[in-house]
Amino acid sequence: MLDQILACLPEVVAVLLYAIGFMLLLLHKNLIKKIIGLNIMDTSMYLFLASMGYIQGNIAPILTEGATVADYINPIPSGLVLTGIVVSVSTTALMLALVIRLYRAYHTLNLDEIYIEIQRGRR
Amino acid sequence: MISSFVVNFPLFCIVASLLCAVVCSVLVSHAAEKVCWGLLMAVLAANITLLVYQIQNGESVTFMMGHFPAPWGNELRFGILEPMIAILLGLVLLLTAIGGRMHYFAQAQTGHRSVYFTMLCLLQASTMAMLFTNDIFTGYVFIEIATIATCGVLVSRNTPGSIAAAMRYMIFSQIGSGLFLLGVILLYGITGHLLLPNICAAVQQLWATGEYHLPLTAAISLITVGLAIKSGLFPFHFWMADTYGSASPGAAGVMSGVVSKLYILFLLKLIFCAFGTEVYYDSGAQNVMFVFGAAGALVGSVSAIHQRDINRMTAYSSASQIGYIYMALGIGGQAGVIAALFQLIAHAITKPPLFLSLARLRDVSGNSPYFADLQGAAHRDRLAGISFTLGAMSMVGLPTMAGFIVKLQIASAAVSTDIGLKAIPTLIVLALSTVLNTVYFLRTVLRIYTPSETHPADPKAPWWSPKGGRVSATLAYAAFAAMNFGFGLFSQPVLALLERGIGMLGF
Repeated sequence: MLDQILACLPEVVAVLLYAIGFMLLLLHKNLIKKIIGLNIMDTSMYLFLASMGYIQGNIAPILTEGATVADYINPIPSGLVLTGIVVSVSTTALMLALVIRLYRAYHTLNLDEIYIEIQRGRR
Repeated sequence: MISSFVVNFPLFCIVASLLCAVVCSVLVSHAAEKVCWGLLMAVLAANITLLVYQIQNGESVTFMMGHFPAPWGNELRFGILEPMIAILLGLVLLLTAIGGRMHYFAQAQTGHRSVYFTMLCLLQASTMAMLFTNDIFTGYVFIEIATIATCGVLVSRNTPGSIAAAMRYMIFSQIGSGLFLLGVILLYGITGHLLLPNICAAVQQLWATGEYHLPLTAAISLITVGLAIKSGLFPFHFWMADTYGSASPGAAGVMSGVVSKLYILFLLKLIFCAFGTEVYYDSGAQNVMFVFGAAGALVGSVSAIHQRDINRMTAYSSASQIGYIYMALGIGGQAGVIAALFQLIAHAITKPPLFLSLARLRDVSGNSPYFADLQGAAHRDRLAGISFTLGAMSMVGLPTMAGFIVKLQIASAAVSTDIGLKAIPTLIVLALSTVLNTVYFLRTVLRIYTPSETHPADPKAPWWSPKGGRVSATLAYAAFAAMNFGFGLFSQPVLALLERGIGMLGF
């Protein structure tokens, strides 16, 4: 059992991190912690993706003299991770910008309190 | 020679949309608006040319991007369905933005107005990319671009309420994106491919041998749930009421008419081109879709009845209509898919004019969204009243309008494909939902046409009164109404094209 877990340690860690990030994003009331949760969730997926392309003992996919195709790791997941990071940074920046605007308007980072204020305004 | 040039159009449209988004971000608002309208019309013209070419060509085209062939490179793929839907969504985007411009310019902060047009260009790029791409990861990237652009359109109203609504939308959207990406990674891990035909071949082979059955089912479920959350399927529809309720009319129209449809269309593309319909149906995801779609159609309507705020009522009505689309997809078979696509089209051309006309009705009722204050609003703004009534009639499913054809198609799909198991629940849901739709829309129409003593209509005001941006709103109302009657009265050619389109997708 332990051997099996150790053999796919990156995947296990990725799943744990994903669960932590997902629950933070879904359940936490604090907007900054929600964004941290989103980033943990995204990072876990990049770890999962990168671990798929990693081949033990092989080198990074940068052309090296004397190396054959079989000596490199799979470069596609690394490329996807880079693209994913760009997407993640963009959404994080946008959400942080929204948080700043919300804090200026409601003087709180608690989403529940913000909704109570909105309901009050609606009445 | 001409054919080899025409097949480049989707790529040109995506690149042009992205370039125009960059250009719009540095221009002043009126110049940005002109660039945006120019782009939307150019993309529309390109898609019409592509559709005509594809109807004559008769087979799907795979366009290789760059110099790397499959399975390494990136591809676009299109038959009849892609340009057809791109024309429709492009037209809805253009008309909604034109119809909502008066409100946008009244509400947006001076100096930040060009951001709205930047976001519209990005939405156009996402629409084209998600419809035409043959690569699942490219699809993911443009899903996120669409989310960011939608958020940008949402905050254009610049009120604390709209920013809170955008935040809520982002949170739900990111949960959906997270699940979708996890599904994509699992699928890549199992198949080793990102291009849809390669994934499909590997999935079919693995499913037939029984290998990786559980991970494949998990990947299919994650992708379906992720896109369902983003499109607002029950029980993930609660963000819709706040978001649509707080957005400007143009933003609400764009979200309900274009953005929510994009995710469903991409899911449909994945069902056909990445999983294969047999594997998808065999995985059981289709039945889950049917149950949640049917529940969404009813719960959305019941929630709409309980609202005092007309914007929130229309938002819940959207949740109900999205339920119809998923229910029709869940019925399965060619008839079910065609019914789902027709419902998608009908909803895309009906909901934006409802949001646009609602905004006008609110304007002439002291900017109040509550039913009590909206009494007699249709007499104070007759055109908005007519537009809202026509939209409501289509939603209820009156003959000669697109909404009627939808209900007819869903009912006949249910009866023709699977007598017993899904036919009876479908017919019950259709009947109940139609009654509920009638209750809340009829109540609203009666309310806006009941003369008000406190807010009487100006008897001298001309009924058409094209002043202060009314020309653009009138143009949008008229075009949407014409499309609604067009799809209702001449549905057969559209249904025939949809049938050919899904045939080219591999159904």
